[in-house]
Amino acid sequence: MFPTLYIADTSCVTPLGFTVQENWEALLSGTSGLAYQDVGAIKQVPVGRIADALLDTHFETLGLSGTFSRLEKMMLLAASPLVKKHQPNARTAFVMATTKGNINALREGQPEQALLTALGDKLQKHLAMANRPIIVSQACVSGVLAVSVAKRMIQMGMYDNALVLTGDELSEFVVSGFQSFQAIADQPCRPFDKQREGVSLGEAAAAIYLTKEKNNIRIAGEGSINDANHISGPSRTGEGLYQSILAACQEAEIEAGSLDFIAAHGTATLYNDEMEAIAFDRLGLQDTPVHSLKGFYGHTLGAAGLLELVILVKAMQENTFIASLGFTELGVSRPITIVKENRQGNIQRALKTASGFGGSNAVMVLIKE
Amino acid sequence: MEQSFYISKSCHIEQQCIQIDAEPVFTAAELDFSAFAKLAFKHSGVAYPKFYKMDALSKLAFLAAEYLLQEEDSTGMALLLANRSGSMDTDLIHQISIQDADNFYPSPATFVYTLANICAGEISIRHQLQTENAFFIAEDYDSFLMMNYANYLLLSGRASKVLCGWVEYRDENYKAVLYLVDHFGDKPHTVDEINKLFKIK
Repeated sequence: MFPTLYIADTSCVTPLGFTVQENWEALLSGTSGLAYQDVGAIKQVPVGRIADALLDTHFETLGLSGTFSRLEKMMLLAASPLVKKHQPNARTAFVMATTKGNINALREGQPEQALLTALGDKLQKHLAMANRPIIVSQACVSGVLAVSVAKRMIQMGMYDNALVLTGDELSEFVVSGFQSFQAIADQPCRPFDKQREGVSLGEAAAAIYLTKEKNNIRIAGEGSINDANHISGPSRTGEGLYQSILAACQEAEIEAGSLDFIAAHGTATLYNDEMEAIAFDRLGLQDTPVHSLKGFYGHTLGAAGLLELVILVKAMQENTFIASLGFTELGVSRPITIVKENRQGNIQRALKTASGFGGSNAVMVLIKE
Repeated sequence: MEQSFYISKSCHIEQQCIQIDAEPVFTAAELDFSAFAKLAFKHSGVAYPKFYKMDALSKLAFLAAEYLLQEEDSTGMALLLANRSGSMDTDLIHQISIQDADNFYPSPATFVYTLANICAGEISIRHQLQTENAFFIAEDYDSFLMMNYANYLLLSGRASKVLCGWVEYRDENYKAVLYLVDHFGDKPHTVDEINKLFKIK
């Protein structure tokens, strides 16, 4: 009864590069974007941060005049190539996802600039989007959920296509908060590994263009079901993630066991990775290859899910499994299969998952046509 | 769409007054939000000690859901919320705790509430809404978007009813408008009817 949606184009801006191709080459060569830096009062933590000079050099090429925050530069750079290629019109949805937006404006005593609506309006203006942004802010699942929101609203007939744009910037605000939870690792993070000791934080912007016109990557199913269990800790049974994956597979009309690959959330905290392993195990996915990209980028909050979806699309097109950087020995209680080395192989059906504070989960099944 | 949905019940909280279907059910004298919330919580008769640990936005959302969902079966109920300021009120509290490098005391109990969707998580935990969840930010409530999103959840069979609404708290200014979208009810689930819920007072 609902029209089918396709991912027609992707883009990303990260410490590993300003195009998907640059990012892909860095991932293939096993290069991590994480490095020890000071973040405000917090000294020498491993983080993924885009160099200011590089960001400014790239941003100048857009030829925009005015004052822009680092985050705005990142997001405009990610969106620009897609907007150029797919001219937005009145039937184009603009869905924006971020966890903390311009939160760095609080340090400068500018709370109004930190409001997500201010960020959305500014991006709309400079990207010349016809519609005001639909802003999704659902903690660390924002990016994946935003794609579902765009898909669902197109399916309801509100729009014909959509630009989904996400971004989150590294901030003392978030690093200090995760540190107060004792959730930050001293070393670059190691998702699913026995030695993992917590997250590394990062920053990124990513964008995709969704259309009803047939293309090679189809959004076959999705779901976003809450754990209803704890506001800051993941469910012990992985129930919300389990239910979300079931819902997505049901919509896709596939068995979970037929998935070729899982691009997991994998933050490298003890509890998150364990929860994901439990959910995958409950679905009988012990042998399905799994990776996390957090060892390359760190956790980029609301941007993470969409960035990882962008890389997943590339992996499907290139038929390549990217190794889960930082992983050597399985450190979760269920026998899941983590990708240890890059290898070639067909990825026909893939699953992207994300989980976050507030008990939120969001997942998406992509099928290559 | 062939199928029609209805607004079966609504709750409105503003200026120390809680209304259900536009009828006041609890009012308090001039009080700050924290004192009002405490009284409203006691009046609801619920034993839920976690309420006292919540930030103001979560308390507001929790109270609106509590008053609305009394005697309501929450099976298959999805949750869609929106507001203007996100978690700005608590963001500023966390910012103060890290503003000065020599007086640096970030607290996990505060930090966890620096996400707007935590208040949705609190409602989900209380009413066991292991269901579809989404949080939107907008200058004003986007009735058309929210109506379509709720309709999608019902039409696709992802939910059997949807708890929708607005929960905004910033610096003692607050407003909550929650309503239930169901297969049965008195009011049609239309933009006009949704907008009317915001004009109560």
